[in-house]
Amino acid sequence: MQTTSDEVLIARVANGDRLAMQVLFARHHVRVYRFVLRLVRNESAAEDLIGEVFLDVWRQAAKFEGRAAVSTWMLSIARFKALSALRRRTDDELDEETVGAIADQADDPEVVLAKKDKGAALRQCLSKLSAEHREIIDLVYYHERSVADVASIVGIPEATVKTRMFYARKKLSELLKAQGIDRGWP
Amino acid sequence: MNAVNGNEEGDVELLLPWHAAGTLSHRDAQRVEAALANDPELSQRYELVREELSQTIELNESLGAPSARAMEALFAKIAAEPVRAPALSIRVGAQFREFFAKLSPRTLAWSASAAALAIVLQAGVIAGIMYKESGSTDVASYHTASVPSTASGAGSYALIRFRPQANAADIDKFLENNNLSLTGGPSVGGLYRVQVSPKKLAQADIAGILKRLQEDKVVDFIAATE
Repeated sequence: MQTTSDEVLIARVANGDRLAMQVLFARHHVRVYRFVLRLVRNESAAEDLIGEVFLDVWRQAAKFEGRAAVSTWMLSIARFKALSALRRRTDDELDEETVGAIADQADDPEVVLAKKDKGAALRQCLSKLSAEHREIIDLVYYHERSVADVASIVGIPEATVKTRMFYARKKLSELLKAQGIDRGWP
Repeated sequence: MNAVNGNEEGDVELLLPWHAAGTLSHRDAQRVEAALANDPELSQRYELVREELSQTIELNESLGAPSARAMEALFAKIAAEPVRAPALSIRVGAQFREFFAKLSPRTLAWSASAAALAIVLQAGVIAGIMYKESGSTDVASYHTASVPSTASGAGSYALIRFRPQANAADIDKFLENNNLSLTGGPSVGGLYRVQVSPKKLAQADIAGILKRLQEDKVVDFIAATE
């Protein structure tokens, strides 16, 4: 069975078709939610933000020019909303986050267990990366965005996309090494 | 080795994450495959990339999904939005987005060689038909009944096929700038029927218009039709 393409759905949304909007939402809201959640690290805030993202999709559909895939366009909107929300956070909240990050560095029982499970350790280190590095790793590995797509979403040159991904991976290896897992790279 | 120093080997290493995710162009994927086949150390590092890919997916999949509250709140807001009237340009755009949706960037990237060959073959076949019918290679004299039409009667019409690289926005702009309106298509070969003028123009005038339109970057093929 062939499904209706995102581009066709967007054109229908631009004409005020709410059913097309429901299809588009059903198709993409989980991935958009996860992308936002990884950036803002708060489930309730992430839910609110995806509402804002899809409301923008509804309102801006007529302006969609088809220069990138619809999913890439939606991730761009989601990123903008998430970063704006992060900027709105109070200093107190940021302090709590910093404390949380410091606590994460401790070699607690979870970490001890993680050392026995390389996969779990890797996932834990993925969560400890900076927002900039988490974002690019998620876009490339989970959201399957090409170099050009990432450049479009993040707003940086393609060459920078490649080097930023490299440094994100390098940082990941360093975090693993700090947990006693040497990958032999870099 | 320093992967960010800009040399060929370093460039290939930078592409490994996209190769693992399957989002490289066919050409780059082949380049990476060749490097992996000849460099055991690079292959070992590629295994690390695959490990990262696997765990990133697992981590994201463990994040769950938003509650129904998110959808309810969104559609309550949408219901409160003013009803909007569809614009003509949007209706035209929708037809082309449907057409181009079948040619997604990734599909195009993987089938670029095949598409290029198909275009060349198609052009050859069309030129052959034209030559037989008219004894010349003037594209303005090509006639066919293969494109279903939604309009008939007075006016001057043309069959047009757009380049696969042209996007919907480019095509919308091209139609608008040249006062063309879609009246039929697409056919199996991706041909559309457009009204060039509401009046029945002389053949020489149509040929002049089509020659100008043919020079636009979005046009792959154009010919006069009834």
